[in-house]
Amino acid sequence: MEWTHKDLLSVTQLTSAEILDIFHLAENFEEIGTRPVKKTPTLRGKSVLLFFAEPSTRTKTSFDIAAKRLSADTFSLATSGSSLEKGEDLRDTGLTLQAMQPDAIVIRHSQSGSADFLAQQLQCSVINAGDGWHAHPTQALLDGFSLYKLWGEFRGRTLLLLGDIAHSRVARSDIELFTKLGASVRLCGPRTLLPRYIRDWPVTVYSDLEEACRGVDAVQCLRLQLERQRSGLLPSLREYATRFGLRKRHMELARPGARIMHPGPLNRGIEIDSDLADSPESLILDQVSSGIAIRMTLLYLFLTSISRRSE
Amino acid sequence: MASRRTIPRVVWQGQVCDCIVEGDKIAELRPVGDTETSGEELVLLPGLIDCHTHLREPGQEHKEDINSGLAAAASGGFSNISCMANTVPVNDNAAVTTMMLQTAAEKKPEGPALHPVGALSRGLAGKELAFMYELAQAGCIAFSNDGVPVSDSGLMRRAMEYSADLQLPVIDHCEDPDLSPGGVINEGLMSERLGLQGVPSISESIQVARDILLASYLEVPVHLAHISRRESVELIHWAKNKGVPVSAETCPHYLLWTEEEVAGYDPLCKVNPPLGTADDVTALRQAVREGVIDILVTDHAPHAQFEKEIPFSRAPNGISGLDTALSLCWSLVEEDVLTQKDLIRLWCRSPARIFGLRDNGFHPGDPADFLLFDPGDSWTPTPETMRSRGKNTPCLNQELPGRIRLNCRKGKALYGRFPQETA
Repeated sequence: MEWTHKDLLSVTQLTSAEILDIFHLAENFEEIGTRPVKKTPTLRGKSVLLFFAEPSTRTKTSFDIAAKRLSADTFSLATSGSSLEKGEDLRDTGLTLQAMQPDAIVIRHSQSGSADFLAQQLQCSVINAGDGWHAHPTQALLDGFSLYKLWGEFRGRTLLLLGDIAHSRVARSDIELFTKLGASVRLCGPRTLLPRYIRDWPVTVYSDLEEACRGVDAVQCLRLQLERQRSGLLPSLREYATRFGLRKRHMELARPGARIMHPGPLNRGIEIDSDLADSPESLILDQVSSGIAIRMTLLYLFLTSISRRSE
Repeated sequence: MASRRTIPRVVWQGQVCDCIVEGDKIAELRPVGDTETSGEELVLLPGLIDCHTHLREPGQEHKEDINSGLAAAASGGFSNISCMANTVPVNDNAAVTTMMLQTAAEKKPEGPALHPVGALSRGLAGKELAFMYELAQAGCIAFSNDGVPVSDSGLMRRAMEYSADLQLPVIDHCEDPDLSPGGVINEGLMSERLGLQGVPSISESIQVARDILLASYLEVPVHLAHISRRESVELIHWAKNKGVPVSAETCPHYLLWTEEEVAGYDPLCKVNPPLGTADDVTALRQAVREGVIDILVTDHAPHAQFEKEIPFSRAPNGISGLDTALSLCWSLVEEDVLTQKDLIRLWCRSPARIFGLRDNGFHPGDPADFLLFDPGDSWTPTPETMRSRGKNTPCLNQELPGRIRLNCRKGKALYGRFPQETA
């Protein structure tokens, strides 16, 4: 496929054809993970900088594994003790990192827009691994890929995003990706955790979880950041769990065979019933392995298109 | 089959009717031919609804308790009342709500029905949302921080959003506490003459404006408690014309009395918001007639006698209102300030609509909640005649027009007696 992007900042920049191409490639890359020797020499000599300025375990490890399976070298910046903590601004950090001549920088940052900012500063590829409340494109791609493998076709399918929409980069990216692919998206959560102008989004909003689950094909539970209660948006976590915690009885209203997803990490017993997270309908662990395949695909596309560009 | 009972020759909106009750429901309201009223007949009214009272239980039973408060409501003509959350402990969790409802069911199984209002914020502290869903599940019909104004507009926003999902109204006590510190009377000529700290009218109206703007921006409803000032009325009028989902209440005392009442430093006239000017009274009377203010409430705030028998500035705010509300409002009917239809709208129809309660429209199948009222009689509220434990009203020992002969809820007499049936 033709890959013309320098950076991956949000799902907005991708066409539905490109997303499907990524899924097709990812199916091949996923196969590598099932081999006894999980490594190919595809990206030998390439270097990828993992710049995670916000705590992250799974996304960072996922990129690290993806790069290593393709034989790229990875370097990561520790969050604590980094110059960032010493007050260095993002521009200087970015220029310093670029001077180390990586082929791509993967960035996770708490400020919305930080990936865009870095991409404008730097010549190398910037892959957004989550910026503030704005976007998390690789998460949306892996969510899509997990369901693509089951569904093949997105038209006629309905996804429910459950929980804190207002503060979720996952929700924003998922909504864009799934609507681009032709699926319908529903949202459910307390009004205090929904954006005010949500009626202008291409989604249907529910305040009652049972109604929201009726006839859906998949439910993505979003992680409830526990500080939302402290900042006055919720009376209590118990009330949240009572009203919006996903339970078996909700999934019984969904379409037969409906799947349960969660980008992790889970607050068991709050946004999702613990048994449900471990049930056969749960795709949560598949999301993790799909994430590696998606990130291998993206690293491959970015790092090989660079060499083609420079030839 | 449910027992059938005929209440003969009562006047419903100027027409002599027989009211036929079957069990706990209205079977029929049957006009009696072309008979002229003789002037002797009793007036038929639907059971009144008071969505703003303080019953003081748990915690301050020396002022009132649920039993005495409901007894006062029964004798005052009410079939449904709400009680605010500023009890001790605060009604900010399901345990307190459940206790209130259980006490009401034990002490007054036939009613008046009690509908608790849950706290809007935990402990009424204005910092965190109360457990509103849990309160709704336990039986609260609205949320309010009444008594303790919500100065944090962010919290007010979240409370309005959260309760909109629960489809229950938020009632705001409109007062900017930074504008009314230590205030005990309307800020005006009277406060200056008496040397008392005044509360400016803007303390209410600024908060009214804020709530209207919140409701307009968020497109969720808000109900404004005990409105007492002209500017507030004008803001509500403006908001309603714009289609903002706002509703409002005022109390009989704001339609009847002015700051002049306070001239003798009478603590029985001390109330929050304080009594306003004659101009405020004019504006409020027009507002209730025109529906700019939707409903009447008592803001029944009983206090023990010893608590009010202290110097004005130190006395607690509040007027005991359940016993006297109907007679006070009847005096406005006699003065042609209000019509009987207005009374029914302000005390029955509109509160039922705003708070999701069932009122009696005298249609077949409606709850048999009604009053027989004798406009030719009168009574005098005294410590002995008032059922409320709180005797704190400016009209204590003054003769009031009209008298309730029967308060019937779901076909059973809560107060008074059924008239003799004719065969």
